[in-house]
Amino acid sequence: MTEPVLPPIGMLAELTHRCPLQCAYCSNPVELLKANREMDTQGWISLFEQAADLGVLQVHLSGGEPTLRTDLAELIASLARRGVYTNLITAGVGIAEGRIEAFAEAGLDHVQLSFQGAFAATTEKIGNSRGAHEKKLDTARRIRKAGLPLTINAPIHRHNMEEVPDFIELALSLDAERLEIANVQYAGWALLNRKALMPEREAVERQVEIVEEAQERLRGIMTIDFVTPDYFAVYPKPCMGGWARDAFMVAPDGTVLPCHAAGTIKSLSFERFGEWDLSRIWHESSAFNAFRGTDWMQEPCRSCERQEIDWGGCRCQAMAIAGDAAATDPACIKSPLHARMGALIKEAINTMASDEASDAFTYRRIGRVAEPIA
Amino acid sequence: MIETTRVRTVLSMHSKPVLKRHVRLQYDKVRTAWALLSPERVFWPNEVSLDILRLCDGRHSVAQMIVLLGDQYGADEAEIAPDVTGFLQEWSDKFLVTL
Repeated sequence: MTEPVLPPIGMLAELTHRCPLQCAYCSNPVELLKANREMDTQGWISLFEQAADLGVLQVHLSGGEPTLRTDLAELIASLARRGVYTNLITAGVGIAEGRIEAFAEAGLDHVQLSFQGAFAATTEKIGNSRGAHEKKLDTARRIRKAGLPLTINAPIHRHNMEEVPDFIELALSLDAERLEIANVQYAGWALLNRKALMPEREAVERQVEIVEEAQERLRGIMTIDFVTPDYFAVYPKPCMGGWARDAFMVAPDGTVLPCHAAGTIKSLSFERFGEWDLSRIWHESSAFNAFRGTDWMQEPCRSCERQEIDWGGCRCQAMAIAGDAAATDPACIKSPLHARMGALIKEAINTMASDEASDAFTYRRIGRVAEPIA
Repeated sequence: MIETTRVRTVLSMHSKPVLKRHVRLQYDKVRTAWALLSPERVFWPNEVSLDILRLCDGRHSVAQMIVLLGDQYGADEAEIAPDVTGFLQEWSDKFLVTL
């Protein structure tokens, strides 16, 4: 490495793969882990202690559905004790009475609550869960009542993109301070369901306009963050802020990964917390060092003036579309494979037009696509 | 058109800014620097921003903040006032500070 390795700032902790919803756009890997593979309470607390020592300032508690961990309040408290900022990312379905207050009491800083649709029918269809929408509305009210700040997460794709104005209204009515409208990233289950999820270009352009207008009109009233869609992009996103640069994620079994889809790069091998300590993984793991900095880059990244802006984009998308994890992210207009993104959009739209049945989702279920390794 | 009863807060000299509940200013021992923690983002305020943020305690009015900062930096109040108010309005709009 030519540059020194700086300490990580953020950590995404996927505490469990269990979830009451079955969203087809889920970013979890298709090989989901069963409960018996999850790291225990002491394992997570010990990991959080080492993360704080290493310099982690923010931990995003996610899943699956993190509130299915009965020890969640205890985990939050262990982070709060160390001054680490805690952000709970929840689907908000089936959280028992009193638990949200217990999370607040334990020192939780912020909650992100997902809505699959702005209306009940959409939320139920996408999450394949009856009554989910009403439960989410109730959870939102309980979060605000407990004095916790709220962000509404709206992952958008072909089936709910026209509801963007309604998502904005919903977030305002729920007293959210922030709304995150995120075009689905095609990794994990979303990649499996790409044809059914891919929106049309005109729909994307329309929603960008609606969001930009609302951002201006609601300045100082509600923050709207917009995650742009890679397939329609000119330049790639600096995925994870650059590979192993200032953030990482941990799978339910304690495997430490540079990003949530890194497991799709089969040439990499990953360490599990406990086998190695966290500092050693961050500094020495071959997977973390594989695409760190800029030395690994090929052309056109190697001579590109944007190399430290977007860090080559997403390695997993390069793997999925270019078949080479070290290639330039095909989302970039400079990639020789950029046209393939447009072709994939067209292919999805044409399939949809000729065969309505292809609209069907492969719903996310543990063991549905690949049996978890015992 | 979306109807909302919520309105943007506009700063006045009587406002007593305070950091929001979901925002935390703390010293990071690993990087030996002050960090402002917020959902999804960490800010690294410079020296001047830090001095303004430290006065965001819900007790000092904007007018008092300008006097104190003027003293501290040996600067003319009229000169620094637009910078201070601009900073606070921007941070209010970003949901980091309540006015």
